[in-house]
Amino acid sequence: MREELLAILEKNSRIDFKELAVLLGVSEEQVLTEISALEKEGIICGYHTLINWEKTSIEKVNALIEVKVTPQRGQGFDRIAERIYNYPEVKAVYLISGSYDLLVTLEEKTLKEIANFVSDKLSTLESVLSTATHFILKKYKDHGTIINQNRTDNREVITP
Amino acid sequence: MTKPLSDKVLGLKPSGIRKFFDIVSEMKDAISLGVGEPDFDTPWHIRDEGIYALERGRTFYTSNAGLKELRQEISNYISRTQGINYSPDSEILVTVGGSEAIDIGLRAIINPGDEVIIPQPSYVSYEPCAILANAKPVIINLKEENEFRLKPEELLNAITDKTKVLILPYPNNPTGAIMEREDLESIAEIIREKDLYVMSDEIYSALTYKDSHVSIAALNGIKERTILINGFSKAYAMTGWRLGYACAPKEIISQMTKIHQYAIMCAPTTSQYAAVDALKNGDNDVEQMRQAYNQRRRFLMNAFKEMKLECFEPYGAFYVFPSIKEFGMTSEEFATRFLMEEKVAVVPGTAFGNCGEGFLRISYAYSIDNLKIAMERLNRFVTKLRGQ
Repeated sequence: MREELLAILEKNSRIDFKELAVLLGVSEEQVLTEISALEKEGIICGYHTLINWEKTSIEKVNALIEVKVTPQRGQGFDRIAERIYNYPEVKAVYLISGSYDLLVTLEEKTLKEIANFVSDKLSTLESVLSTATHFILKKYKDHGTIINQNRTDNREVITP
Repeated sequence: MTKPLSDKVLGLKPSGIRKFFDIVSEMKDAISLGVGEPDFDTPWHIRDEGIYALERGRTFYTSNAGLKELRQEISNYISRTQGINYSPDSEILVTVGGSEAIDIGLRAIINPGDEVIIPQPSYVSYEPCAILANAKPVIINLKEENEFRLKPEELLNAITDKTKVLILPYPNNPTGAIMEREDLESIAEIIREKDLYVMSDEIYSALTYKDSHVSIAALNGIKERTILINGFSKAYAMTGWRLGYACAPKEIISQMTKIHQYAIMCAPTTSQYAAVDALKNGDNDVEQMRQAYNQRRRFLMNAFKEMKLECFEPYGAFYVFPSIKEFGMTSEEFATRFLMEEKVAVVPGTAFGNCGEGFLRISYAYSIDNLKIAMERLNRFVTKLRGQ
């Protein structure tokens, strides 16, 4: 049940326990117990909302920054990652295999703020060797959801 | 022209679904639960293979029996899911949907006057195909109390010395019924004893919600007399690609291939390339869709329970078949009023045989959100009827 439960919640975290119980064919108590266990074990880390900010009047600029760093003795990449992810404007930090080490996603109100973050905060960190900043121009799909998709049912209305 | 057209064709009843189709298509805001095909798009990697086949110029006929590579994949698939081995060279024929396999399979087996046993409620084309093949259809009226499974005594009662073939339509459209191994064992014994052919239409085999599907061809002494029919429409959401297949002993496949060769030539080439990818890389997609159907099935069963609408629990396909006998109307009256008063289209059980009277086929090839609205309306409708 755990995997199926997570699959449903990943798509719709607002679904209520009663409906979850029906869909999974278990009791509401079982759903409740399982969800609290998942939260306690740190498997469910949060319940977020996917927002298409482009449709609001609020300006946001997103960037992906590739960062090359020198790992630190005894701490690997964890220490430098922590120094970066502690900034609230940093939305995500991933350790990446390949030609660079960390992928940082950043959200700010203006392009300038992003530029400032990179030049003042990120590049000045001692173990950061180089950065490459890519601005996001348009989001087509995020968290498995296609943005701006209007699904229509193209099937014949009745078929045998 | 004054000369009459074929008596046999003129005598066929038009599908009972047609009338509803016409009304629903006129209605703007009607919700339909009447569709017999998946609501999912064909998984992208499969579509992409179809596109790639076109880009590479794979636009010619394939061999009559179908692409060798596809027949090999079908053979692997049946072997890994059912444990039955068919030779890709001589025992598999790729057809235009499962429906073609039903038609040519019957034509390959039947001599005029042979009897074909058709359990109903079931898919609409068995009876007309049997008639077109000059057979006499013999209908078994399946019972709700048996969860619409075929019982050995029902089969025995239908058998005469003219009986040639039994059509076994499980998992079943429209009832959602399945046949489990024990059910099949008791039928298989009669089939062996009475020396019948079997046409096992297993198009919904990937969509079961109890144990995984068992094919009757896996039982002792059955494979050599059976045409196993399956396809890509339901499991891989590929209805429009029109691709199915038949697996049978080479004596039968070679005769079917003759009809196929003269009537069809070969199944669509693009679809065949896409289907190779479906069988190679599609297991996970099927499982995800199966899980979604299963959630909807539970949702509907719970909704029926809450509105106290009688319905046996179906474990296959994507249909539920609730009883509306308590309202004292025919299925068609109920479905028509439900459509007119609540704007929800369901299919009267009688579209799938007379014994479907008193039942409705409700498809759950729809999103939960859609089903929620439809069940609210159904609840309101039955409450109103009970108050009258």
